Amino acid sequence: MSRLTQIREITLMNLRSIPERLAPSLVIVVGIAGVVGVLVALLSMSAGLGQTLGNTGEPDQVVISRGGSQGELSSFLAVASMTLVKQDPAIARGPDGLPLASGELIVITEVPRPGQDTGANVSLRGIEPVGLALRPKFRLLQGRMFRPGVQEIIVGVGASRQFSGLEVGRELRFRGGRWTIVGHFESGGAYDSELWTDRETAQGAFGRPGVSSILARIKDPSLLPTMEARLKADPQLDVDVRGQDAFFAGQSGGLTATIGVLAGIVAAIMGIGATFGALNTMYSAVSARTQEIGTLRALGFGAAPVVASVMAEALLLSLLGGALGAALAYFAFNGYAVSTLGSGFTQVAFEFAVTPQLVMSGLFIALGIGFVGGLAPALRAARLPVTAALRG
Amino acid sequence: MKYLGLIYAGLFRKKLRTFLTLASLIAAFSLLGLLQAVNSLFSGAADFLGASRLITQASTSFTQPLPMRMLPQIEAVPGVAAVNHSQFFGGQYQDGRGFFPQFAVNPQRLRDTYPEWVMDNESWLRFISTNDGTIVGRNLAEQYGWKVGDIVPLNSFIWTQAGGSRTWEWRVVGIFDGINEDWSQRANLMYLNYAQFDEARSGGKGLAGIFVVRISDPDESELIASVIDARFENSSDETKTQKESEFQLAFVRQLGDIGLIVNLITGAVFFSILFLTGVAMSQAVRERIPELAVLKCLGFTDRQVMGLVLAEAFALCLVGALLGMAVASVATGILPPEFPVRTDLRVWVIAGLSVVVLTLAVGLPPALAARRLKIVDALAGRGEPSAFERALRRLLGGRGEEARA
Repeated sequence: MSRLTQIREITLMNLRSIPERLAPSLVIVVGIAGVVGVLVALLSMSAGLGQTLGNTGEPDQVVISRGGSQGELSSFLAVASMTLVKQDPAIARGPDGLPLASGELIVITEVPRPGQDTGANVSLRGIEPVGLALRPKFRLLQGRMFRPGVQEIIVGVGASRQFSGLEVGRELRFRGGRWTIVGHFESGGAYDSELWTDRETAQGAFGRPGVSSILARIKDPSLLPTMEARLKADPQLDVDVRGQDAFFAGQSGGLTATIGVLAGIVAAIMGIGATFGALNTMYSAVSARTQEIGTLRALGFGAAPVVASVMAEALLLSLLGGALGAALAYFAFNGYAVSTLGSGFTQVAFEFAVTPQLVMSGLFIALGIGFVGGLAPALRAARLPVTAALRG
Repeated sequence: MKYLGLIYAGLFRKKLRTFLTLASLIAAFSLLGLLQAVNSLFSGAADFLGASRLITQASTSFTQPLPMRMLPQIEAVPGVAAVNHSQFFGGQYQDGRGFFPQFAVNPQRLRDTYPEWVMDNESWLRFISTNDGTIVGRNLAEQYGWKVGDIVPLNSFIWTQAGGSRTWEWRVVGIFDGINEDWSQRANLMYLNYAQFDEARSGGKGLAGIFVVRISDPDESELIASVIDARFENSSDETKTQKESEFQLAFVRQLGDIGLIVNLITGAVFFSILFLTGVAMSQAVRERIPELAVLKCLGFTDRQVMGLVLAEAFALCLVGALLGMAVASVATGILPPEFPVRTDLRVWVIAGLSVVVLTLAVGLPPALAARRLKIVDALAGRGEPSAFERALRRLLGGRGEEARA
């Protein structure tokens, strides 16, 4: 028999005997399923957050905020600055000849979470009518648009799911005033976690004459650097200019890194535990088959096929565990909607996303654990002296 | 005690297996310790604050500053001992990487509302009389090497000066400590004198931020909170007053349901480890069936044999848990003080309960099997497969039986 045939035969024989050693074999599967499941679930959280925030912007739009501000919340622009910025020649103009730029005011409000009396911070965004044209993905899911000059609010679909009391027709109280919820909207990305109203109404009610940021469409994405240089050089202004997609994508950085570190530590420790479990299983698998291995060796099978068969068993079982863990993570968490604190100090609603890449890396880790867990027992099996092995 | 030798011999019958199982247990319990320590931080973090202080914020959001005119009105509420106002400054030092909070406050009122911060009288007087003065927590001062007289430039991402500059210079006039260990650990913040802050800022003059209310009788906190809120109802500055600990907790809760995530992970870890240890234990017992039968021949009762097996499982879990928790304690111990994650009593209690549950779950089935063991069958090598194994075999359509045959 050629070496390859030897390996194939001995491996098949080995795998066929797994049901005999079912319980110990399951140790590998369950242990690795735990590691991969937890790792994939944790990373799918940051993947989902990244997807939501990365999906917020249009490539030809920019966000202008106060220089040095970390987000829209800590940014304030006076009306004079806003008027000046809107006249920049790089900003596209609509059919009415007016600049496609919306000065927007962000106010943080507290909305209760279901079952808790402590509120969660939710952004209330006052937009100009042109602001809708700058959000091509915007559509009303329910109800109607707010009317300018009346204290009416439309609620993003993410916020409406995560927080209580945001149904159409309900009222919210801010600063002694009643605000009626008249609709639910969807706009993609981070905006879905917000409440929207008319900017001037918000300015009046919250006593805030200026705006937080300006969202503008530019004639061509390549104009961004010259526009930034021009606005920065203007002594009347103190602003930062960033692409809309970069502005929101940048907000997921800190949290994604934190989740990454957490997932890494948890997976590493669990992985160590699972590796010892795999070692245990494979050692007992080898010791259960000592006589069998001795017989094979006496018949003239080489050491390599024996090593290969043990490794094949370990890898197959761990792959099975990895697939099981990834499947569990997928069915339990994919699309699971949560919200957390974004960098703007307000809630970002997002869904866990178990992506194919995450599943792949989960399986890769499973194979890694299986390899480490199988190697030492496989070598021991190969080194067994034939006579001793035959005696059992 | 006289059975210790037997338990020891049982565990070390197969050294490798015991060692590997133990290593898995250590990994599991160190993870359990770390995760639950994080959980402790989020669930009971603010316990040390007590209930002697309330925070009054705008009901819309704590980022919405309240006007200063409310201060005397709050002070006039019966049961209120002292009131301070506090505005988050949002300053960055140097490259802004080592973030620490700063609050612009009234120095005398800070002293009245936070007796837990300790500083000599001279420093307090300097803070009160220095317009651009700041006092710094001991930990922070040590971290950056600040001493009294230094100028600390902070770059605020919220507040600009009237002249347009975002860089504010603050003069260190004192370094404060905590009154006990809990408070000393948290002495890593900075208080700024509101006088220069309000005079120089470009917008928002006359706004206080939030109010910190110290009350004489902690038992009356709910009542006083509702009186304060009622006073401002239907005004344009409606308030929400809550205990300081609740206010802090609300901050943490903004991050999301961390407790749930942590408990889910702990559950997954626990289940995996339960399975792993359970299989190892039942294997160990099955291999020793003839030996157990010999013990029974020698006159050990059924219960004694069962106790022996349980004791073995318990010893394994206990040692694993102790070593794992030791790893977790060391790991949390070497974390810098910014991460006050500690394996406190609550974590140890959870670990202890886990040991008991784990021992029963993994030890009881083989222990009962050992108890049921009939000497004749056992010596003849007619061990019966465990119930779990039988069920699995049935599930797989008896393929195991065929293979055996």
